[in-house]
Amino acid sequence: MDPFFYLEFDSSSENEAFARAAVCAFAARLDPTLQELEDIRTAISEAVTNSIIHGYDQGPGTIWLRASLHGRLLTVSVEDHGIGMEDVSQAMEALYTSRPDLERSGLGFTLMQSFMDSVEVSSTPGGGTTVTMRKTFLPPCQDAPDGDA
Amino acid sequence: MSRFADHSLRMETRDNILLIHVIGELDHHYCQSARGRIDELYDQSHALHMVFDFSGLDFMDSSAIGLIMGRRQKASLLGGKVILIHVSPRLHSIFTMAGLYRIIEEAPDFESALALTKGE
Repeated sequence: MDPFFYLEFDSSSENEAFARAAVCAFAARLDPTLQELEDIRTAISEAVTNSIIHGYDQGPGTIWLRASLHGRLLTVSVEDHGIGMEDVSQAMEALYTSRPDLERSGLGFTLMQSFMDSVEVSSTPGGGTTVTMRKTFLPPCQDAPDGDA
Repeated sequence: MSRFADHSLRMETRDNILLIHVIGELDHHYCQSARGRIDELYDQSHALHMVFDFSGLDFMDSSAIGLIMGRRQKASLLGGKVILIHVSPRLHSIFTMAGLYRIIEEAPDFESALALTKGE
């Protein structure tokens, strides 16, 4: 059976750090480089922050995070049942933000796409959003120390 | 404050500069409180420029980019600059991706940042 874990947590911003730490701890068994760990740390943080800010408009809600490993392929999905999006491609455009009032940079999806191999978004207005990200980790180093960031 | 992230903000004024030492994980959660604290001290002090010291930074995401751009907007109203110091290579590449260097300067350390504020 492929390793997996599942988290269900409330949409408070304290949980951003909790969620990214959990995925990094799960991926540690792959002996990832520091750069790979930083990549998933950032991507998870962006996805969870989106659910909190946009999905639930910083109000109460539940977020579901699932992570699984197939060999060295990590798949992580972050799901909310918030307001959802009409236009996913617009939301994924670099520098686009629906919340300039909150000083959002509009770079969340850009960073997710930069740091993961693939990012898929499915969203239903009024139904919620699920972001699924995948990344294949490099084979573990034999002798050399972890590459740095 | 989250138990999963160590974050704190240490600030001081030097000449006409508000020097902000960012320590820990600068995510959306941290940015929410950091924004108000930085603006409050900036308004109260006679500082014109802001310098962000990232030597104690452990993590940041796109929320931090929004925070920096917002502070730049605030400082520029008074003719002040925002300068970033002790930027790691990873941070530098994220800031480059974000196009931050079109509007914000980076310096290796505080002395270099000080020189930049004086137009040297």
